[in-house]
Amino acid sequence: MTLTSATTAPTRTERPIKQVHLAAHFPGVNNTTVWRDSNQASQIAFSSFRHFAQNAERGKFDFLFLAEGLRLREHKGLIHDLDVVGRPNTLAVLAGIAAVTEHIGLVGTLSTTFNEPYELARQLASLDQISLGRAGWNIVTTSDAFHGENFRRGAYLDRGDRYTRAEEFVEVARRLWDAWAPDAITADKATGEFLAADALGHVDHHGPQFDVTGFATLPRSPQGSPVIVQAGDSADGRDFASRTAEVIFSLHSGFEDGQAFYSDVKGRLAAVGRHRDSLKILPAATFILGDTEADARERSRETALLQVSPQTAIAFLEQVWGTDLGGYDPDGPLPDIDPVTSDEGVTRGRVRHGADPAVIAKGWRELAEAEGLSIRDLVIRFAAKHTFVGTPVQVAETINRYVQEDASDGFVIVGSTNPTGLDEFVDHVIPELQERGVYRTDYEPGATLRQTLGLPV
Amino acid sequence: MTARFHLGIALDGAGWHPAAWREPDARPDELFDLAYWVDLVQIAESAGIDLVTFEDAFGLQSAGFGGVDDRRDEVRGRLDALLLATAIAPHTTRIGLVPTVTTTHTEPFHVGTATATLDYVSEGWGGWRVQVSGRAHEAAHVGRRSFLALDPAAVVAGTDPAQTALIEELFGEAADTVEVARRLWDSWEDHAVIRDVPTGRFLDRDKVHYIDFAGDSFTVKGPSITPRPPQGQPVVFALAHQKVPYELATAAADIVGITPKDDAHLGRILGELADAAKVVIRTAPEPLRVWSEAVVLIEDSREEAQAVLARLDAVHKATYTSDTVILADTAANVAAQLLAWQAAGLDGVRLRPARLPADLVRISTEVVPLLAAAGVLDRPADAATLRARLGLGVPENRYATPQPTANDLIGSARS
Repeated sequence: MTLTSATTAPTRTERPIKQVHLAAHFPGVNNTTVWRDSNQASQIAFSSFRHFAQNAERGKFDFLFLAEGLRLREHKGLIHDLDVVGRPNTLAVLAGIAAVTEHIGLVGTLSTTFNEPYELARQLASLDQISLGRAGWNIVTTSDAFHGENFRRGAYLDRGDRYTRAEEFVEVARRLWDAWAPDAITADKATGEFLAADALGHVDHHGPQFDVTGFATLPRSPQGSPVIVQAGDSADGRDFASRTAEVIFSLHSGFEDGQAFYSDVKGRLAAVGRHRDSLKILPAATFILGDTEADARERSRETALLQVSPQTAIAFLEQVWGTDLGGYDPDGPLPDIDPVTSDEGVTRGRVRHGADPAVIAKGWRELAEAEGLSIRDLVIRFAAKHTFVGTPVQVAETINRYVQEDASDGFVIVGSTNPTGLDEFVDHVIPELQERGVYRTDYEPGATLRQTLGLPV
Repeated sequence: MTARFHLGIALDGAGWHPAAWREPDARPDELFDLAYWVDLVQIAESAGIDLVTFEDAFGLQSAGFGGVDDRRDEVRGRLDALLLATAIAPHTTRIGLVPTVTTTHTEPFHVGTATATLDYVSEGWGGWRVQVSGRAHEAAHVGRRSFLALDPAAVVAGTDPAQTALIEELFGEAADTVEVARRLWDSWEDHAVIRDVPTGRFLDRDKVHYIDFAGDSFTVKGPSITPRPPQGQPVVFALAHQKVPYELATAAADIVGITPKDDAHLGRILGELADAAKVVIRTAPEPLRVWSEAVVLIEDSREEAQAVLARLDAVHKATYTSDTVILADTAANVAAQLLAWQAAGLDGVRLRPARLPADLVRISTEVVPLLAAAGVLDRPADAATLRARLGLGVPENRYATPQPTANDLIGSARS
């Protein structure tokens, strides 16, 4: 008998140190992607994707993330021309990236509105096979006529049906992914049996959104199913995520705000019988590094001016005001006219955040007046805010604090230039995280994305 | 100058003979591994083959044309061909990659951007084998519409109005999908990205165009989200067996694959293609190239090749039949057949290896040198894209703003 355990046991349970999870977001078609520099490479050339992916893999990121384009944005009835525009097909370029990487997860946004479950399930299973288990799917819903004009069904989906369709979509996809027995392919040359008996399960689904009958064309992929990522933030979106998602790509990158979101969503898991660790919450984050804090702040200001050109400042305001503000000076005060309210936004093809334009305009005018901000200054506040600004040590410590104090499980990091925007993050911040013992120094050999994320398999 | 003759390899599973997967050097347990496909394509690339195609369909393979069967002694299951080809692309530099992409249930917009992306990832070596899905069980996978069971014999005979109507619907939709893809590929002019700091404009929006396509089964507004691909338009290949598909190919494809059983049959097919050319308006940018199709099994003697074929048939407990000619013969005799087709005016051939990798290796190491010696494999030394390698020009962009000519400028200066 020994008393050791009684005498040396800690007085309270030590909180386990959480590991930081990071995703790398390929710079998209927003004003935040700086193009005003001859060093910025093509956002389409495969060499850009290769560089981006291989750098993120060098930084041991859990996964890289690509958004999806379904239509070019329009502003005031014309194709928006101020931001980077044009991107490849999400699934196809992920397949190309799979070939030039070994460990990093490959996550793409793919709409449940403008795809069919049989086809998309098959494509995702193929990506998972090709990448040896690294595929992930950011599920989004789209319902508007603007995007629908490029697709067979056009606009037909009521807003309220979006998550209904998404959930049924995932359910059908899961049935297809599970349809082949785990050891379906025997490929026994001697006996001549290629498929085991009862290897293929028949899928027969009839629901409000889909009728899918038949046999999947692929064996079970290495992960069985790709990792399910979701970004919706409404109550419906949070419920959907708590039932379905394994990663949430969140917009709550403020600390207290992040803690509140984290607590809310993780709190919903128990009710659906899921463990807290079965869902990772990763807010979107930008960063600006410097040798000193002052240096980083200066770089942040310089970058913001590149992200919000005079023309972009006016266009941003026009999105809220709903009218042409071309006559206003971007370096002058905010317009004193009230916004024009209409159902149709002045910018189409952009995610809308739903607030009342009159309320936003009033708040902005008050803020600008109180702080003496020009139009461009104010737009920088909202459209070029950098989440982490500081030295690599400061940024690493902030990221770690978010994770250890449950404001997130990590971040989806996006750089401001293409495709090298994350290079200095990998060079300088990653080693700091590794030194603190909160970030991997290498991938587990042969790990699937689900394993890399530390999710239940 | 000797005319050129082009070579494609049709890759599928462990080879086109249903028993090929049981051959000693077959790798049937690797059919879903990227490495297996990269190996095959690199064999073809090293040999100087112009392009490879990847078979695909919207449903499981079956022994007959119709629904799913319960055979467990044949290869079943396939990777998505477009994603497979795109994943192979970074591993190759000078061979065309032509996946089969169905037009029947897919979104034309996705097809257009995905094929353009293959062209970007391969840096100008992308193509697309257009294929319809006429199978009722494949329609049930999508559940949007139901088809009557397609009967290929009735279609060829042209005696059943319902069958004829279905074929016309499917190929009409395929033609619309090719048209949408070509318009989407053209929807960005080449210098649309301007990065003009003084005006704050990344894009010259006047060089990006709505396509405003309206067809019987869908409409697509455009423009593409993906700028014009490196080849301008990836190479469009269509396999065709009868009147309606001949018309699709003649109107819209860059290359048509035909399936002659013998010389007389070849003559009839060429006549039907010529008839098709009289009744359709060709929308593709270059004259149609005509390639033959052949299943190939090569051994050191014709007797051996025939014996291997018979052995495979015995293993499979059925005689292998094909929609096209089966050449089970020596490399020399296969090469002689290809040269005869070249002499008859065909532009190329898509060979379907009966066994993989065995017949691909035989083609690469034995048939290709014979063709090279015959002088039909000269290629432009500077061919940086599949189109260039095939002697196809860069298509003009239908939306490109006409540049003023010298006379226009002089005229406007005088007025």
